[in-house]
Amino acid sequence: MKDEVQSPEERSATLKGMGCSRKRVEDVRFTQGRGNYVDDIKLDGMLTGDFVRSPYAHARVLSIDTEAALAVPGVLAVLTAKDLEPLGLHWMPTLAGDKQMVLADGKVLFQGQEVAYVVATDRYAAADGVAAVEVDYEDLPVVTDPFKAMDPDAPVLREDLAGQTEGAHGPRRHHNHIFTWEQGDKAATEAVLAEADVVAEEMVYYHRTHPMPLETCGCVASMDKVTGKLTLWGTFQAPHAVRTVASLISGIAEHNIRVISPDIGGGFGNKVGVYPGYVCSIVASIVTGKPVKWVESRMDNLMSTAFARDYWMQGKIAATKEGRITGLWCHTTADHGGFDACADPTKFPAGFMNICTGSYDIPVAYLAVDGVYTNKAPGGVAYRCSFRVTEAAYFIERMIEVLAIKLNMDAAELRRINFIRKEQFPYQSALGWEYDSGDYHTAWEKALNAVGYDGLRREQAERLEAFKRGETRKLIGIGLTHFTEIVGAGPVKNCDILGLGMFDSCEIRIHPTGSAIARLGTISQGQGHATTFAQIIASEIGIPADDITLEEGDTDTAPYGLGTYGSRSTPVAGAATAMAARKIRAKAQMIAAYLLEVHDDDVEFDVDRFVVKGAPERFKTMKEIAFASYNQAIPGVEPGLEAVSYYDPPNMTYPFGAYICVMEIDVDTGEHAVRSFYALDDCGTRINPMIIEGQVHGGATEGYAIAMGQEIAYDEMGNHKTATLMDFFVPTAWETPHYTTDFTVTPSPHHPIGAKGVGESPNVGSVPCFSNAVHDAFRPFGLVQSHMPHDHWRIWKIAEDLGLHV
Amino acid sequence: MIPAGFEYHRPADLASAVDILRAHGDEARVVAGGHSLIPMMKLRMADLRHLIDLQAIGALKGITIAEGTATLGAMTTQHELIENADLAAAIPLLREAALQIADPQVRYMGTVGGNVANGDPGNDMPGLMQCLDARFELYGAEGTRQVAARDFYEAAYFTARSDLEILTKILIPVPASGTGYAYAKQKRKIGDYATAAAAVLIGSDGASVAMTNLSDTPVWSEEAGTALASGDIEGCVAAMLAAIDPQEDMRGPIAFKKHVAAVILRRAIDSALSRRA
Repeated sequence: MKDEVQSPEERSATLKGMGCSRKRVEDVRFTQGRGNYVDDIKLDGMLTGDFVRSPYAHARVLSIDTEAALAVPGVLAVLTAKDLEPLGLHWMPTLAGDKQMVLADGKVLFQGQEVAYVVATDRYAAADGVAAVEVDYEDLPVVTDPFKAMDPDAPVLREDLAGQTEGAHGPRRHHNHIFTWEQGDKAATEAVLAEADVVAEEMVYYHRTHPMPLETCGCVASMDKVTGKLTLWGTFQAPHAVRTVASLISGIAEHNIRVISPDIGGGFGNKVGVYPGYVCSIVASIVTGKPVKWVESRMDNLMSTAFARDYWMQGKIAATKEGRITGLWCHTTADHGGFDACADPTKFPAGFMNICTGSYDIPVAYLAVDGVYTNKAPGGVAYRCSFRVTEAAYFIERMIEVLAIKLNMDAAELRRINFIRKEQFPYQSALGWEYDSGDYHTAWEKALNAVGYDGLRREQAERLEAFKRGETRKLIGIGLTHFTEIVGAGPVKNCDILGLGMFDSCEIRIHPTGSAIARLGTISQGQGHATTFAQIIASEIGIPADDITLEEGDTDTAPYGLGTYGSRSTPVAGAATAMAARKIRAKAQMIAAYLLEVHDDDVEFDVDRFVVKGAPERFKTMKEIAFASYNQAIPGVEPGLEAVSYYDPPNMTYPFGAYICVMEIDVDTGEHAVRSFYALDDCGTRINPMIIEGQVHGGATEGYAIAMGQEIAYDEMGNHKTATLMDFFVPTAWETPHYTTDFTVTPSPHHPIGAKGVGESPNVGSVPCFSNAVHDAFRPFGLVQSHMPHDHWRIWKIAEDLGLHV
Repeated sequence: MIPAGFEYHRPADLASAVDILRAHGDEARVVAGGHSLIPMMKLRMADLRHLIDLQAIGALKGITIAEGTATLGAMTTQHELIENADLAAAIPLLREAALQIADPQVRYMGTVGGNVANGDPGNDMPGLMQCLDARFELYGAEGTRQVAARDFYEAAYFTARSDLEILTKILIPVPASGTGYAYAKQKRKIGDYATAAAAVLIGSDGASVAMTNLSDTPVWSEEAGTALASGDIEGCVAAMLAAIDPQEDMRGPIAFKKHVAAVILRRAIDSALSRRA
C-alpha cells in the first residue's frame, strides 16, 4: 500500500496545505483568456446603459431634453431623476450614512456626475444617445478646497440637508460639514504638548487618488418578470451586502434577488460601494423586461466611482529631549466630495484612522477628524488598505521623520526607542485599540541588517559631500517605515456596515469520494482565494488542496458574508474556514472511531487520517471516512460530512512590517530611480508564500505610484485634470521597482490559524517609505515636509525652494 | 469612449484617396497609424463622417537611401524605422528618437507620416525633422509639392498642409559622417509625451538644435544652432530658452519646464559632442 510507505512529511506535502507555495489555480483560466468577467456576460436581448454626465462641478440642472436622444436609432429609453422619483430611487443611501443622488436631482455636485441614463440596443447606440441628450445648466460657485468649504459664506453644496444640524455621525456645525469624530484624551494630550521638551508640528497631506482597478465597475441586471426574480451580476466586493441593500432600497424581497460576482479584475476598494449605474440598470431591466448591462469606461471610472484618501492631517508630536515620544495630536480635515460615500464600518466615519499612533508606545493621544463636502466626486474608500489605515500610517511615519529632524536624531534610532516592546502585547493604544501581537524590534533589526543600514548612511554622506563639491547632481535618499495595520474587520460588537455585522462565513461539504467543495462569504478579485482557502482546509482536514473546489460570490449558494476588502478575508473568512474544517474533523473523528471500533478519544488526527493511539498501523484515511459518512449507519451520527461556520472575530489582527527604500534623486530634473526596496512583512502564519510575495509586489507598486506621481487633481473650477491614463500615473513594467521581500512570523494569538492578512500591508507601508526616501534626500538642506505625489516637478520644486539650482 | 458613426474608406492608390478627400471636404480625414486621431474620435473631439485609411496604398511604404537623402514613405511605422539597419547607420539620430516614442505596441502601428503630419506639439518627430532639416512631400489635386519641416508647423494641429493634401514622404539629408547627434527626452513614464525633449546635431560645418513639447509647435532655433556651431553652449541654451513658450500642464509649471528644457538640452549637447568624430 502506498499509504503505508509514505512518511507523514510526504503525506503532508501531497496535501499542498498551509505554508506551500502552491501555484494559483485561478491562473489556468486567466492566463488563457478564459476568465469570466462582467463584460463577458452576454444574454439574449441584452441592452446597454450609458450615462449623460455633468460637465460642471456645481450647477443647477434647469432642463433635460431627451427628445433627440429618443430619436436615435436603437435608443429605447432615457431615465432622469424625474423617472426614478416615483420609485423613491432618485437618491440612494451610501454606506457612510449619507445619501447620494442616483441621477441629478435639480443640481450637480461634481464633474462627471450622473445626470441621465440612456438605454439602447447596444453600446454604440447608447453612446450616440448620450451625445444627443440636451441638458441646460446654470453654473454655481465651485468649492474644491475643503478649508474654503468651511468658510461661513462658502457656497451651499447640499441643499437637501438645509437646516439639518444632526448628521449620521453627530452634530453638523456648518452647511458643508459632515461630521466630527473625536478619539482619545484631548485635555491630557494638550497638557503633554504644553510641557514637552520638544514638540514637532506639521501638516501632512495625503492627496486624493483612485484605486483604478484594471477592470472598471459594471453590472448586468436581469429581471425575470415570470418568476419575479432579479439576477444582478456585478463587480461587487461585497455581493451579499449588495443584495441586502438592493432589497432595502428597491423593495424587492431579498429571496427574489440573486447577486453574482463573477471574476473580478481587481477591486482595491473601488468596488465596495453601490453606484448609480447599478440602480439605473436594475430599473431599466424592470422597465424594459430585458437584461441591461452597464460597464464604465476608464474615464467614467476615474471621474465618478470612488476615489481614495484626500486627508489633510495636522499633527503635533511631543517627546523628551532624548527622543521618547510623550504624546500625539492630530486634526484631520477629510475631503469627501459631494456625498459622503466612504465605505467604513458604521461607528467609524473616519475608518480606523485612530491607528495613527502606529508602531509606537505613545502614552497619550488625541485625534479629531472633520468630514467636509466639496465639489468633487464622492468616495473616500480604502484603496488597498483597511479603512483609512494608509492615511494613519503615512501620518505617523511622516511625523516620526519630522520629529527626528527636530531632535537631530537618526530616524531608525528614534523608531527603535519608541517601538511597543514585545512583552507589552496585547497592547492597549492611547486611541482605543488592543494590538493583538507584535515583535517590532526583531523585524526592525532584521531589516536594518539586511540592507546594511550603517553602510548606506555612510554612502549617502559621501554622496552629499560629492554633491557639495559639484561632482554630482544626484542625491541619495533612504526611506524608512515601520507600519502597523489594523485589519480583519471585524468584531460584530463594534463593526457593522448599514447594520450588517462584519462576521464572515465558510461552508464545507465533503463528497463521498473524499473531495470537497467550500463556499465563502468573501469574493476574490485577484487575491487567489481558491488557492489559499483550499490550503487551509487541506491542512485542517487532510484532503489535498487540489481536490477542493472553492466558490464565492453567488448569493444563492454561498453563505452570507460581508465580502473582501480591508484585508478581512483571511482574518475573518479564513478563520471561518478553519473553524468549519474543525467541525468536519471532529465528526470525522467519531466516524473513524466507529469504523476502528475504539472510543472517540482513542484516535488522533495524523495529517490525512485518524490513527488509533499507540497503534499507527490501525487508521482510517479521510477518504475512507468520507465514504463511510455516506454509507454507514452510525449510531448517533447523521449521514454526510459537511459544516458551516459563521465567524465573529474576537479582535482585529495587526500585521506589521519594516520597509526600507534607497532612492537616487536628480536635483535638476526631479527624476528619481529606486535603487532598492526591501519589504519585510509579518502577517502571522503564512498560508502561501508565493501569493504573499505577489501581494507585496502588487501593493508596493501601487504604493510607488501613489507616492511618486498618481493623483486625482481638479482645477479651481472643479474640472477633473487626471481622467485618463496619460495623466493618472499607473506604472508599467518599466517604471516598477525591483523588490526584495522578507518576513518574520508573529502569529495572531486569537486567530484559529494565527494568520493576520497581508494583501494591503505593502500599500500601507510602501507609500510612507517612498515618500520618506524623497524627504530624506533633502533633509541635509533643511526640508521638513513636502506633499505627495513626488512627481518630477514637485521634486524639482523642493530643490528649487532649497536653493539647489544656483 | 465610443466614436460617432463614420464611413470607412480604404483606397488602393493616392489619387483615389485624394478624390475621397475632395468629395467630402472637412468631413473626411486620412488615418495612418491612428494613435492620435482615433482617441480624438473616441472622445468625440474629432467628428468625422469619413475616415480614409491609407494602409493599402503601397506607394506610401518603404525606406530608401540614395544620393545623400533618406526617403521615408509616410506609412513607415516607427518599428520599421527602428529596425532598418541602413537608416540607423546613416541617421542614427532617427533611431535614437524613435526608440523613445511611446512603447513597442504603439510603435508597431504608429507611423512617421502620421506623427509629423498631425501637428501635435507633443509628438517627437516634428522637432526631430526640423533638426535634420527634412522636407515633407505633399500630394494633392494640384500635384506634388515639398515643404521644409522648418516651415511646416503653424500652430497646434495647424500645418502648411491643406485639407485636400496627403503627406506622402519625408526626405531627410543624410548628415555628414562623423556628425555628433543626440535625442534626449524627459518623460514621466513609458508612453508619455515629453516634458522636454531636445534633438541635437553637431557637425564640422554647423549645428542644428530643435526641441519638443515646449511650445504649440516644435521649436527649431537658428540662433541656437549658430551658437552651438561656434562652441557657445550657453549661448545655444539661452537662444533656445528665448524661443520656447511652454505652458503649464500636469507635467509641471512653466518655470519647471524652462529649467528642465535647459538641462535636457545641455545633456543632449554633451552627448552629441561626445559622439562627434
